[in-house]
Amino acid sequence: MDDGGNRKKLLLMGRSGSGKSSMRSIIFSNYSAFDTRRLGVTMDVEHSHLRFLGNMTLNLWDCGGQDVFMENYFSKQKDHIFQMVQVLIHVFDVESQEVMKDIEIFTRALRQLRKYSPDAKIFVLLHKMDLVQLDKREELFRLMMKKLKETSADYGFPDLVGFATSIWDESLYRAWSQIVCSLIPNMSVHQSNLKKLKQVMDAYEIILFEKTTCLVICSSNDPGSATTTTTTTSAPTSTTIDKLDPKRFEKISSIMKNYKESCTKLKSGFKNLVLNDNIYVSELSSNMVCFIVLNNSNESHQLVSENIKKASQFFE
Amino acid sequence: MSLENTDSKAMVLLMGLRRCGKSSICKVVFHNMQPLDTLYLESTSNPTMEHFSTLIDLAVMELPGQLNYFEPNYDSAELFKSVGALVYVIDSQDEYMNAVTNLAMIIEYAYKVNPSINIEVLIHKVDGLSEDFKVDAQRDIMQRTGEELLELGLDGVQVSFYLTSIFDHSIYEAFSRIVQKLIPELSFLENMLDNLIQHSKIEKAFLFDINSKIYVSTDSNPVDIQTYEVCAEFVDVTIDLFDLYKATQNLISDGNEQPKKRELKNVSQLANGVVIYLRQMIRGLALVALIRPNDTDTENCLTVVDYNIDVFKKGLEKIWANSTTDAAKVAAIDNGDNA
Repeated sequence: MDDGGNRKKLLLMGRSGSGKSSMRSIIFSNYSAFDTRRLGVTMDVEHSHLRFLGNMTLNLWDCGGQDVFMENYFSKQKDHIFQMVQVLIHVFDVESQEVMKDIEIFTRALRQLRKYSPDAKIFVLLHKMDLVQLDKREELFRLMMKKLKETSADYGFPDLVGFATSIWDESLYRAWSQIVCSLIPNMSVHQSNLKKLKQVMDAYEIILFEKTTCLVICSSNDPGSATTTTTTTSAPTSTTIDKLDPKRFEKISSIMKNYKESCTKLKSGFKNLVLNDNIYVSELSSNMVCFIVLNNSNESHQLVSENIKKASQFFE
Repeated sequence: MSLENTDSKAMVLLMGLRRCGKSSICKVVFHNMQPLDTLYLESTSNPTMEHFSTLIDLAVMELPGQLNYFEPNYDSAELFKSVGALVYVIDSQDEYMNAVTNLAMIIEYAYKVNPSINIEVLIHKVDGLSEDFKVDAQRDIMQRTGEELLELGLDGVQVSFYLTSIFDHSIYEAFSRIVQKLIPELSFLENMLDNLIQHSKIEKAFLFDINSKIYVSTDSNPVDIQTYEVCAEFVDVTIDLFDLYKATQNLISDGNEQPKKRELKNVSQLANGVVIYLRQMIRGLALVALIRPNDTDTENCLTVVDYNIDVFKKGLEKIWANSTTDAAKVAAIDNGDNA
């Protein structure tokens, strides 16, 4: 079904100007949100092959959204485009004037998917949310999702997941880390290993990041896997964690990414970081970074790094 | 009396024609505003003050550009007497002939009132200029200012020029230099830092003000702007990460029944062995150092660094204790005069 088992095809669709290429550049090419202004129109389909977690290759098909190309996708190239798709990421511009037309294109994509790859997962992103007033965002998102859920259920994709995103805050990282996590096969293994590690180290919280993109893979305080069906309302998990910022994963993602970026000025990559003897950020394996918050800040330095070294073999 | 008060406090006066970017500079440097958001700033109508205390207490006063300071009702003499540095902002993307004339007038006046004033000129908004243009603009402005001053018979006045933009770190760099001129203890600090880096394999050390990311002092090695940027960003990383888990740290200290205030410490190692090291010092200052352990063991190297920095911190505390007693003395004399 998926050739080689580890090659994943992701379709990134949406109408022209909705911000597809900007997202891709920020998450996978280290652009800053400001830099994305320089991006031009995507001609036809732009392919990128991204290695993720070592053995997984993401084939991201960034489909240019101008009507000419769109027509082409649904007619001439339909079997080429819609075959063997693992994930469809459809992007909606919340500022769009032609909402009905946006939805129509979405349904046309769904129709092709039902025919060519009925097992595909569907994600929708309501993008450019920063342009909507704060108090209106929630309602707009709810209305739009209701409509889109109905549409997608009609085409045999009942469990649609949606996110409100913007390139100017952390919501983009949240959405993408959930999308990418849905593709990781041995998620439950990572999850249980992480729980054990947390116990061994007497840690308050451990978060696992992918190394190059800094996307969150999983965290020790997450009861389910990251592929939850809940959407924007982030569910606080246990009582002790309640006090923490629910957006902390995304924030750490973007902080770490900025830091890595600034490390390149010294012509080097990031290796580890110890803050106040209590937060440890370290490479766990060749493609994962762990972020550990200890309960006890008097732990010996060597003990912790030894533990991390020992743990790394379980996360290869 | 009010004069004496401001004397113990270094004051920086920010001036320039309208729309040259004074408020934007203030917001970006002292309020962590995103440079792009400054597009929407209103025109400033009243003088505004920013206070921040690092090793010295610093006040930055911003004057509206459209004001005429030579109107008799405005007490500009008093104002110029009390400031340590006059920062004049020139918009390099605009026609700057007027600005240069205005600058010369202000310098003439300020110098007459207060000959010990430092005069600093920011050639601002250079982000829009190409490399050649920058150099041309700087030379042109320097030359014209020189001529204007010569005409006024003030050719002995020292004027420093900086090329700045809020979209990169040049504005922080310029402000750092300006603030450093106002710190009387600077030479001691520099010596201390020199001593520190010599004995602990440190390549470069900065003493940062955490809030503004202005560096109060650095060792005598030349400042490489990239190193500065990395160190300034490291301050951000440290504070952001610390803030995320601050709640847990309070919780933990409550459990131990000793809510001691922890000082920030952050050590990060890069793949090529370089270590970036941050330690909180006194009064919102942080020491950020770039360490190259080369062939020696990193752990050992860090232990030595830790020890040396402890010594350095004690030194800082001593300097600070002395400078506060000085200020207290001034205040005491001041009160005595009044009584």
